[in-house]
Amino acid sequence: MHSELIMAGFGGQGVLLIGKLLAYAGMKAGLEVTWMPAYGPEMRGGTCNCTVVLSDRQVGSPVTNRPHGAIVLNLQSIDKFEPLVRPGGILVVNTSLINRDVGRTDLIVVPVPANQIAKDAGSAKAANVVALGAFLGASGLVDPQLVKNVLAETFAGRPKIVELNDVCLTRGVDIGRTFAPALAAR
Amino acid sequence: MAKKLMKGCEAIGEAAVQAGCRLFFGYPITPQNEIPEYMSARLPQLGGVFVQAESEVAASNMLYGAAGAGCRCFTSSSSPGISLMAEAMSYLAGSELPVVIVNIMRAGPGLGGILPSQSDYFQATKGAGHGDYRVLVLAPSTVQEAADLMMEAFDLADKYRNPVMVVGDGLIGQMMEPVEFKRHIDPEDLPEKPWATTGAVGRAPNVVNSLYLRAEDLEQHNWHLQRKYAAMQAEVRHETYLADEDLDVLIVAYGTVARISRTSIDALREKGLKVGLFRPITLFPYPSEALWATAQRAKHVLVAELSTGQMVEDVRAVIALRRRVDFFGRCGGMVMTAEELADAAEQLAAVPASVPA
Repeated sequence: MHSELIMAGFGGQGVLLIGKLLAYAGMKAGLEVTWMPAYGPEMRGGTCNCTVVLSDRQVGSPVTNRPHGAIVLNLQSIDKFEPLVRPGGILVVNTSLINRDVGRTDLIVVPVPANQIAKDAGSAKAANVVALGAFLGASGLVDPQLVKNVLAETFAGRPKIVELNDVCLTRGVDIGRTFAPALAAR
Repeated sequence: MAKKLMKGCEAIGEAAVQAGCRLFFGYPITPQNEIPEYMSARLPQLGGVFVQAESEVAASNMLYGAAGAGCRCFTSSSSPGISLMAEAMSYLAGSELPVVIVNIMRAGPGLGGILPSQSDYFQATKGAGHGDYRVLVLAPSTVQEAADLMMEAFDLADKYRNPVMVVGDGLIGQMMEPVEFKRHIDPEDLPEKPWATTGAVGRAPNVVNSLYLRAEDLEQHNWHLQRKYAAMQAEVRHETYLADEDLDVLIVAYGTVARISRTSIDALREKGLKVGLFRPITLFPYPSEALWATAQRAKHVLVAELSTGQMVEDVRAVIALRRRVDFFGRCGGMVMTAEELADAAEQLAAVPASVPA
């Protein structure tokens, strides 16, 4: 197992956080993990992304230009990363903020109205966790319960935040799982 | 201790704490700001001292004072800041003071940019400041290794009474990986430094200085330093990956580029090409003998760096008369992809070996 993934959106949407959650969960699953944020001038423009590599062997390059999957939370991010995902890879698209279709036909596209779902659950701020859930549901890469455990540790003492994120992750996973058969069929 | 996910910069800071260091002097610069940030929070908890100096020049001379008083101390900076510390490094080496200096390299020259680079190899290994001096240089390629080498750097600095540099690049500093701290050293348990200027109560005063006005004395001092640098050969170390056989191409790379090379090598192996990696961990002293032992079984040698070609000169010094040495580099903050490095190695593998007569 070796998977290179990119999470991207506006600064403040929490893409670095879901990258860390995924890396932590991967570590707890016994995988080798690396989390690498973009820190260069590109992030000064308001967009933000990070790369997470999960592997059953020592991680080589911590950056990738051919990710196995991507979670894109805004329009700039889908424009930048849709062309890079490897054929057959998963592209989670936040349809609350991205109002265009995906051009590629060789990807498993998982459309999720992440902001809307998170808002309905209590706060649009948790849209990032909905999107992460959708990715986990579709990919089966890491047990979502591990992410929930990490959330509980990260937000220990703040039960409302833990509960909100729990609900958001689960709703994302449920949506993502409906796309898992498409992945299995490949 | 359980593994924690930490940024390279934070792991370096915590490793210093675990090594018993309680003093940090520095000045902010991207991409290593997480080190002073971490130390500013951590050291006061432990009764230590964090000083944000007025400049890198000041910070590095504060290091001189603290080390002269026998304290474990370190500073960190990034390329332009290290240039400002070059004068102090010469004085530290001349006065034989044990300090650790971290350089999270960014692209130059001049103010350059903030993105990853390995273009301070010459500065680190050949001497940034004036005079015949060297510092021991360690180059980690993972966050765990950054923590391990950072802890060891303090011991090596004490052992040789010499500055030790730990060099990473923006990727090593910014990435998060699982890390555990394998040792814990209490500052109280550190060995005595009988040469340090600790107050001279009941003993003759110690002098820490690099001034030798009599040429005869200064020459002797220089030969003494050179014997010490020669003795550092005992610390030389390296790692190889899939290089214990006859190879089409041997890639020589350190730090981040060594990791990228591993990904390239995995892809090339799937294509049936025999490609391996030689990764120096000490950049000074350089693992020359081990390099030739590995390189002589390779048809081609390809040095890859995030620079226009610096370490390649040391590789050529070792094997140029016996093998042609090719180079692949990106610079300015551009990081080579595993694909483009693999392409460079694959093209090289396709041409006949040119072994100089």
